[in-house]
Amino acid sequence: MAVKVIIPTPLRIYAAKKESAEVSAQTVGEALGGLTTQYSELRKHLFTDDGKLRSFVNVYLNDEDIRYMAKEATPVKDGDVVSIVPSIAGGNLEK
Amino acid sequence: MATKTQSPIANTPAASLSNEEILRYSRHLIMPEVGMEGQLKLKNAKVLLIGTGGLGAPLGLYLAAAGVGKLGLVDFDVVDFTNLQRQVTFGTSDVGKHKSAAAQARLSNLNPDIEVLSFETQLTSANALELFKDFDIIVDGTDNFPTRYLVNDACILLGKPNVYGSIFRFEGQATVFGMPDGPCYRCLYPEPPPPGLVPSCAEGGVLGVLPGIVGSIQAMETIKLILGAGDSLAGRLLLFDALGMKFRELKLRKNPDCPMCGKNRTIHQLIDYYEFCGVRGEEAPAPDLQVPEMTPRELKLRLDHGDDLYILDVREPHEYQICNIKGHLLPLGELPRRVHELDSSREIVAHCRSGKRSAEAVDFLRKAGFRKIHNLKGGILAWSDEVDPSVPKY
Repeated sequence: MAVKVIIPTPLRIYAAKKESAEVSAQTVGEALGGLTTQYSELRKHLFTDDGKLRSFVNVYLNDEDIRYMAKEATPVKDGDVVSIVPSIAGGNLEK
Repeated sequence: MATKTQSPIANTPAASLSNEEILRYSRHLIMPEVGMEGQLKLKNAKVLLIGTGGLGAPLGLYLAAAGVGKLGLVDFDVVDFTNLQRQVTFGTSDVGKHKSAAAQARLSNLNPDIEVLSFETQLTSANALELFKDFDIIVDGTDNFPTRYLVNDACILLGKPNVYGSIFRFEGQATVFGMPDGPCYRCLYPEPPPPGLVPSCAEGGVLGVLPGIVGSIQAMETIKLILGAGDSLAGRLLLFDALGMKFRELKLRKNPDCPMCGKNRTIHQLIDYYEFCGVRGEEAPAPDLQVPEMTPRELKLRLDHGDDLYILDVREPHEYQICNIKGHLLPLGELPRRVHELDSSREIVAHCRSGKRSAEAVDFLRKAGFRKIHNLKGGILAWSDEVDPSVPKY
């Protein structure tokens, strides 16, 4: 299945500054795996050392949080959009 | 799954508008969605803004202009020149003044009929509940994770709505947390990212208009809450990409296992949020990064002495254009694959803007076998302060 993965601004520096990537996958987990195969530097920002998705990285399939679906095993279909939504804190940003 | 906005302002106490106020708010009063009833709700509303910076600027201006009767401003910071690019509440003459006091003066001038309170203090676990209790709605315009978790938890403990907005470079997020049966910030992000895994502000930056847009969305949601009008962002996370000029919306669900607002909550009081977020949140250098340092004065002496030093600038090319000390540019992100360009037999002094990124570079190079390497303490900022003030600071 061809799905689009949207890469958020804070992580684009680890993904050749790309806004999104097209990957082929059966599940959300495979889609993220495909993405980190293309951009290996992204891996440590998305996954822990033992391969679990980091708790502060939220992943959505279309507009639904995968935590409330089958998590990384959530199946995807052609044309689906996977979004990575990390927490950002800015509002003032001096320093 | 938009939910009808529920106003947290209970029955409006008796109040009326003066003829001057009627004139001032006439463009509200002639709208049936606001009208006299809505304008009186605004007049009776009490809103607390956490932060008077980028997001706080449009928030303060629009909420004051709209006639929100009592506005509290919490900020301990002082206006500096780098704020003026986006914090439109302030003028050049405000540089050096306390932000909450400068914003109070500006908003009182904009609308003398409202009460503007300045709290020149850092929001902490010790003062948050006391500060929040006199307000109906809390608006989060802060810039760091510890304060965001603190604002969330205090709002949940007191049962107050938390109008949330956040920005990074040219991307923004907005929603409303803390509504009855709605999700809270911890439902969305149970834990903060560890300090080392978030790009620092120096690498980040922000397009000045972006907080203007996201802060305006927060102001709109605040006013809708007060009026009880329209569909609230509660339960929806709005994502805004300014470069693509795209708005997207994701479903936000209340997490039944949320430690703060779930059925079996485990957090019953405010905690130490700096500890929770790992020392000092996203501003902190990666812990335990002890690398050999050289001060700007030592470097100057060594260079004047004619020593053979290789100056390695690990900033980005666009930063090099702002100012440089004639170092060899090799951005931190490219270091792993370009490390072979460096000669480990030479003595190297690495620098960046403030010393944080170059500490990472020195750490990396030491692990790669480089032995004669130092981090320029305080970066190019310290070089400007201690050696050559003609180098501009940014």
